[in-house]
Parts: sequence; C-alpha cells; structure tokens
Amino acid sequence: MAIPISYNVRNLKLRKGLTVMTALGIALTVTTAIFLMALLAGLQRAFVSSGNPNNVLVLRKGSEAELSGGFDAALFPTLKVLPGIAKDSHGEPMVSGEWVVVIVLPRKDGTGEVNVTVRGMMPDGLELRPSAKLIEGRWFQTGQREVVVSKSIRSRFSHANIGDTMEFGKGSWKVVGVFDAGGSAYESEIWCDVNQMSADFDRQGGFSSAYLRATDAIAADALKNRVSDDQRLKLEGVLETDYYAKQTSSGAPIKYIGIVVAIIMAIGSSFAAMNTMYAAVAYRGREIATLRVLGFSRPSILTSFVLESLLLALLGAAAGILLMLPFNGMQTGTSNAVTFSEVVFSLQITPQVALYAIVFALLMGFFGGLFPAWHAARQNILTALRG
Amino acid sequence: MTLGGFVVRNTFRNKRRSLLTMLSISFSLLLLTLMMSIWRTFYIDQGPPDSAKRLITRDRVSLAFFLPAYYRDKIRSVPGVVAVVPMTYFGNVYKDDRSTNSFAQVVTDPDEYPKVAADKIVPPDQLLAWQRDRTGALVDIELAKKFGWKIGDHLTLQSPYFPVHPEVTIRAIYTIDPPVRSLIFNTKYLEESVDWFKGQAGWYLIQVASPSDVATVSKAVDEMFRNAPQRTKTESQQAFQLSFVSSLGNVKAFILGICGAVVFAILLVSGNTMAMSIRARTREVAVLKTLGFTRQRVLSMFVGEAISLAVAGGILGVLGATLLIRWLTHSPVAIGVPAGMKVTIPTMLVSLLVAATVGFISGCLPAYNASRTNIVEGLRHIG
Repeated sequence: MAIPISYNVRNLKLRKGLTVMTALGIALTVTTAIFLMALLAGLQRAFVSSGNPNNVLVLRKGSEAELSGGFDAALFPTLKVLPGIAKDSHGEPMVSGEWVVVIVLPRKDGTGEVNVTVRGMMPDGLELRPSAKLIEGRWFQTGQREVVVSKSIRSRFSHANIGDTMEFGKGSWKVVGVFDAGGSAYESEIWCDVNQMSADFDRQGGFSSAYLRATDAIAADALKNRVSDDQRLKLEGVLETDYYAKQTSSGAPIKYIGIVVAIIMAIGSSFAAMNTMYAAVAYRGREIATLRVLGFSRPSILTSFVLESLLLALLGAAAGILLMLPFNGMQTGTSNAVTFSEVVFSLQITPQVALYAIVFALLMGFFGGLFPAWHAARQNILTALRG
Repeated sequence: MTLGGFVVRNTFRNKRRSLLTMLSISFSLLLLTLMMSIWRTFYIDQGPPDSAKRLITRDRVSLAFFLPAYYRDKIRSVPGVVAVVPMTYFGNVYKDDRSTNSFAQVVTDPDEYPKVAADKIVPPDQLLAWQRDRTGALVDIELAKKFGWKIGDHLTLQSPYFPVHPEVTIRAIYTIDPPVRSLIFNTKYLEESVDWFKGQAGWYLIQVASPSDVATVSKAVDEMFRNAPQRTKTESQQAFQLSFVSSLGNVKAFILGICGAVVFAILLVSGNTMAMSIRARTREVAVLKTLGFTRQRVLSMFVGEAISLAVAGGILGVLGATLLIRWLTHSPVAIGVPAGMKVTIPTMLVSLLVAATVGFISGCLPAYNASRTNIVEGLRHIG
C-alpha cells in the first residue's frame, strides 16, 4: 500500500523555512539552466526562421559562407534563366545578386565595437524575403546611397535612426527605413543597393552570393542540384534553410560553458537537497517506524520519501521558471562563427525549455532524495520507536 | 576544552550533515573560482611579457578584409618599430569538422617571424630548416603531442577561405608557456597556389622596442594610412584578443550573473544547515547557558562553526577548480580554453574570503536566535 502524497505535502508545509530555503537553492540552479537554454533556443530561432524553404542560395564552389565567397557577375544571366524560378511582381525571374560585407560599428552604450553585416541586394532581394516587414520609413531606392536597418540595429547602434547618416565604405549613407525581420538572422543586418555597395568596396563585376526563388520546394531542390552539378559554373547551390541551420553552431561556446556551469551547480544543489531530506528522515524516525508498524512496506516508505524530494524539486523548478519569465524576449547578441558578424537574438523561454528545466530539477530531487529515502526505509523499527 | 576545540568537535558531530554541506558549498565555490579565473584571464591578465611589446594592425572595418603587402615596409619606417610580419588566418579545420580537431593555422614570413615571436622557443637547427623549406610548418609542442606528429611528417591542410589543400612538412616545433596550439607556415607558399591572395596579408604583427612605444606607434601607423585606400586599426595584442571575447556577447554580465547566483546559493545552503544544526541543539544551548556561558560566547561558537564549515568547503572548491582548470588547459579535448587560464593565489584568497563571509552571514541569524533562547524553555525543548 502506498503512503498518500498528502502526507508529504503536509510534511513540506510543516517545516516551511527548510522547504523554502532548499527549494530556493534548487530554483537558483534551475534559473541558471533556463537562462542558458533560453539563449540557445533564441539563437536557434534566429537561424531556423531565417531561411525560406523555396529560396536557393548560390555561392562560389567550396565556399561555406557568403562572406568568403565571390563569383563573376557574368555568370548571373545564366542563373537567371534556369528553369523552376518563380516570377516576381514585374513578371521577371525572382533573383537577386548580392554582396555581403562586414563593417564595424560602435555600440550605442559604449561597450566596444561590433561587426555588423551589410547586405547589398537587387530590388528582388526584398521580394525574396517576405518575412522582413518595413515598420518605418521606406525601402532603399536603386541607385541611391540609402540603407534600411533592422529594428535591433536601430536600437543597438548610434546614427541608425531614419534621417541619420552612417559612415562606411567610401562615404556616408542615408538611413531611410527600419524593418522587422521577426527574430531571424536578418535582424542583425543593414540592407542597401548592391551596385552602390560593390562600388564602395571595389567589388564591381562580382557577387558574393545570389538568391533564387523557386516555384515550390521540389523545384528548389532541383534548382539547387542543377546549380551545383553544372561544371561550367563552378558554383554551389544550397537551400537557404540549410545554410542558416548550419550557422546554429555559433552557439557552441554558450552551449559548452552552459553545460559545465549547469552540471556543477546541479551537483551542489543535489547535496543541499540531500541534506534537507536526511534531516527530514532524522526528525521523523519514530514516525517512520510507526508507519512500518501500521503495515506500510519498505518500498512504499522509500517511494514516499523520494516523492517528497521530487515535490521539493518541483517547487524549486516552478520558482526558477517564475523568476526567469520576466527575462523572456530580452535581446542580446553573439558573434556568428560563420560570418564573423554579430547576430542578434532574444532569450526564448519556450515550453520545451521549461520542460527541460523541470526534468533537470526532478533529476536533482531524485538524486538528493534517493539515499535519505533508502536510509529511512532500512531503519530498524524497534530502535527507531524507542529513539 | 578550548572554545576552538569545542567548535571543531561540534562541526563534526553530525558527520554526514557537515560533509554534505561542505560538498555543496565546495561545488558552488568551484564554480565561483572558475568564473573569477575566466574573468582574470580575459580582463586582468596582461598576457606573456612579450605581448606587451606587440601590436596588431588590421583593416579598420573588418578582419575579413586583407591589407596590401606594401603596408609592411611603410609600417617598418615608423620610429620604434623593430620588426613587422604579415599574418593571415588560413583556417582552423583539420581532418574533419569536429571542434576537437580544430586548431589555428596561420601563414607568415618565416624569416622575420622569430623576431616578433621571440617567446616561442624553437631549436636553432629546426628554425633554420623551417625557414629554408617553403612548404615547412612550425607547430606547437602540445599540438604535436596531441596528434603524434614528428619532425618530417606531412600534413594536408584545408581551409574554408582558400580553395586549396596545401601539403606542409613539419620542420620545427616550438614551446611556449602558456601553449598557443597553432600551426604556422609560409605565406609565399599560399600565394603561389592562390592567385588572388598575392600581395596581401590579413594583418600585421608588429614588435616595438619597449612597451612605452605601444601608444605612439599605434597612433602613428593609423595616422599614416589615414588617406590610404584601406584605413587601418592598430591596437595591442591584448586589446585585439579582447575584441574577440567582447564579440561573444555581454560576457561580463554573464559571469557576474553566475557569480551572484552561486554566492546566493551558498548562503542558502549554509544558512539551512546552520538552522538545522542549531535547532537540534536547543537544549544544549540552555545547558551551556546554565553553566554560565554568556550570550556572546554562545553566539560566537555557532558563528565560528558556520565559518569553519564554509571555509572547509571553500578549500575543497578552490582545490577542485585548480585541478579542473589545469586539466582543461592541458587536455587535448578542450579546445578553445584560453591557455593562460590558471587559478592565482589572489583568486584563491578571494574565494575563501567569500566563503568565510557567507558562512558568517548565514550563521548569524540562527545563532542569534539560539543565544536568545530562554533557558527554561530550552531545557524543556524536545527536538
């Protein structure tokens, strides 16, 4: 027969101070773990949501990123007439030759300089990226030294408001609009006209990448293979979604540090929980013996104490999640390992993160409770009754 | 029995509780020491003595842009400059994409490189062999140990930035403390196989005569290229490395946040234990008081117990962190750990001081309550 769980709940309530302190200890560990997992989830979202499954990205063969690419602009007309490319609003193939460079901008808060990606694109570039919405001003005009900046660029750097001028390349650029890229990797970019930009960086006659919009996902796959297989082109086609998924590796430093920190803190918290549970068992020696006399078996005593420890951990997890919720959506940035530029992302406490946090806390509770519970179940009835 | 002896006896009365508390505190302090050491490595440590005399000149906009080769001689003409070498990052991939196999591969001018990197110790005959063989490579001793390389071994390199697979021969092995784990080969060899790379360099590594020249030289170099096609940014090697750390995000806030959480966690754990152990001794406190012990005496006994527990945990934690960091900096699997990271004596002392302070604070409240117990009630207490 099992001991009712209300017995454990009452016990936790009885020694409020001890329960609250132990649960808070677990909560702190959970908070740290949530923080790190939320960082990774946000980073993942930034990259995964960036790609459009119908977009094919064309790079120089052997190059892994837009920044390290670069091919002759003479190849562009060949790409334009490939079959399976969707039509843009003017009835032309929806393609965009682009140049990507990295520039250094000082942070608004004065904490140093950051690499930021500037993307020069053809007019179709905007149509290729419907997820980016203009929220203020207008898009840049072809042939003008104008840029549009993402929402997060505007908030993180000075001289990034509409009407301001930015200094890079060979002169100044006018900020004419602000766009919202919905948390994707584009959220960290500045966009402008490709011809203006390549002239500024002496890169005329070439593109670092080209974007092709396929009519559907199957056509995108075919288009990708067609580009890669054509020996004359010496180009490589990748699905935009795959390209960005690969960049999630930028989170590796956070991940490794996070795992080490979380494990060390979890071990510490497990010991603390163990201490509390041992104390609980010691206080209740006579009570446990009584339960045994009443006919509760050893396994049910063991289960009961493990359950109590799990309850304690659950309380800690709940407190930890509540403590972290206000930070949901907080923006931060890290260096993109592929483009060397900063990628901006926000903390995302997804249901999955919360679930992992709960499992993590339960593990701590389980290890913390197991030995004391074992100890409780093995107690000698007679000595315990007398004590 | 002295007061000290009494405290020690009491601390180890409930061995299991004391041990668990100590272990819990030690893991928290391990983390705290680790975080403080990372902080020290990034923001306080000045690096090896020679790096104070080294400057790096790079494109003002981004490291992704190369500088023209003729900048080298112009930089050389600046007063205070002793040597200048071109450096280019070739890549960090070796064999496969796994990060455990990754190490930095750079190209430079072997003839002048030893002047700039005098702290890399290379046997003279090996150095000569490296300078004579255009396809030769200079590697770190730790790296050679990890991959089992010997002088004369051939390696095929690959790069995400250059469309070539150069084959290099290990001609020299350098020793440096802390290890740098890099492979260096001839920039001419790369230029031969990559047309567009001819006459370019990723950045220039400059050696100046004395640390006091750093500021003037960096200003003079940047001023010289003010109206050149590519403007430059010259900074000390230390500042250059720090810019990589700052690109990882708000590292300072991150470390401080973890430290705060850890300190608070120790406070909870230690306070919890003290509350438990003092409550179990309510009757004893009453007896002590009956025997004539003053309140201050009782108070200091319990606070002393809390401090000694926390400090014992602290010592364990600091030792653990020292071992962990030593393992990390020498382990072949942990790539990317700054090689100069170590736990210094001041860091240890700060950790222990934190432990003692936390122990003191956590012991105060329960001990104060205990010292105030009414004797009669305390004697009646069943616990």
